[in-house]
Amino acid sequence: MQLIEDANREAVRRIAAAEPVLIDVRPAGEVIPALGDRVLLHAGPPIEWARMCGPMRGAIAGALVFEGWATDLAAAERLAGSGAVAFAPNHHHGAVGPMTGITTRSMPVLVVENRAFGNRAFCTINEGLGKVMRFGGNDAEVLARLAWLRDELASVLAVGLRARGGLALKGVIARGLAMGDEMHQRNVACTSLTVRELAPALAQAAGSTDKLAAALAFIGANDQFFLNIAMAMGKAIMDPVRDIPGSSVVTAMARNGTDFGVRVSATGDRWFVAPVEMPKGMYFPGFSEADANPDMGDSTIVETVGLGGFAMAAAPAVAGFVGAGGAADALDWTRTMYDITLARSAAWTMPSLDFAGVPTAIDVRKVVSTGIAPVINTGIAHKKPGIGQVGAGVVRAPLDCFKQALVAFAATLGVA
Amino acid sequence: MSDPTRDPLPPPASAAPLDRLLAGPVRVVNIGLEQFATDLAGNGAAVVHVEWAPPAAGDTKLAALLAKLGS
Repeated sequence: MQLIEDANREAVRRIAAAEPVLIDVRPAGEVIPALGDRVLLHAGPPIEWARMCGPMRGAIAGALVFEGWATDLAAAERLAGSGAVAFAPNHHHGAVGPMTGITTRSMPVLVVENRAFGNRAFCTINEGLGKVMRFGGNDAEVLARLAWLRDELASVLAVGLRARGGLALKGVIARGLAMGDEMHQRNVACTSLTVRELAPALAQAAGSTDKLAAALAFIGANDQFFLNIAMAMGKAIMDPVRDIPGSSVVTAMARNGTDFGVRVSATGDRWFVAPVEMPKGMYFPGFSEADANPDMGDSTIVETVGLGGFAMAAAPAVAGFVGAGGAADALDWTRTMYDITLARSAAWTMPSLDFAGVPTAIDVRKVVSTGIAPVINTGIAHKKPGIGQVGAGVVRAPLDCFKQALVAFAATLGVA
Repeated sequence: MSDPTRDPLPPPASAAPLDRLLAGPVRVVNIGLEQFATDLAGNGAAVVHVEWAPPAAGDTKLAALLAKLGS
């Protein structure tokens, strides 16, 4: 159908034309107007408290204490279940968040501007590894780290980024792919490049050697620091692709630990939802699949733009880390994703595939036709609140989301 | 009286092309189920396997929709 081909060509053009720049770090409440009193944003499609998984509940309880809306975790759980707290997806407010994805008004968010289209997207700062709120952690150590991010690191990053005029991200990603990152479960190269780019500006911004040392030590100790930047970038790239009549391109994939949701350009902000799958992967010592929570987080926005599992060929080391096989398997994962996408990125290429571009612009028609579900690299949270990450793995998006989306997409064209 | 369990089957109408097909070494293009290709290869046949599945895994309603949508 010519209308679809033209619409999808426009979708691909917008993805290719994107110019994402990390420009600032702001309190979430300043840039997301909906974040008032007792409002929490979460990962994935909409969900009510009663259906939320353990880590999501744990993170919400922690966030309520962090904001001072509850005195302790028990009171926070009661408050969350009382109906006095409003929940909404990050995606409904220009934001994304990893794993539980909890965002509240005083949390600092990274601000990425897509300078080709003028839109902005937001994501909280990555907290590091171990016991952290994105995996459901909520004890004093977790909340103290969040307070430090809010009270110290955020201002150093903000002043440094503004003084530097921002950090253009497309080139960072291109170099990261050549250095073995896929930007979902491996971000060590892009994190290092970011430190190298920002360090002089941070030194000027920090105001004291101790603050600078603490900022650099925190970023340098966290290989996944760049993940949240990549996520805000993905959201900033895909938002201008929404609402193109006739386009069958997937604009968002997100999970809340209970449901997996998909959005398609022509069907606007409607979610197509199916139960999330359980990742297959590698577990940290002492943990197994019996401890794992099903798939969770907005981080699938990186696969939506063609990174993460779609760019596995660039990151053979990550294939081993997530239990997806060896270097040859990494190539196959990416090759398979070409079957469900419309384009190869000109800006982001992979040396291991003779500099082929990453597969980008998922076509819901191709997913349903081939039965090939998008592949996602992911962290695995413990299913109980408060414990944190227990492994990393690979998971498939449920095909049911795409089947529902296809029927609704066809209906927008009067096809049944 | 003929005995269908003993009498040979009548030759197919176009036996000659089939005879020619099997006269030399067998070369096979296998489409769909890979096990056929694996078995033939195990018996020394030259096989090229083509991965294929019916659109929408055989769901006729979705396949009809896809056909209308030009996929």
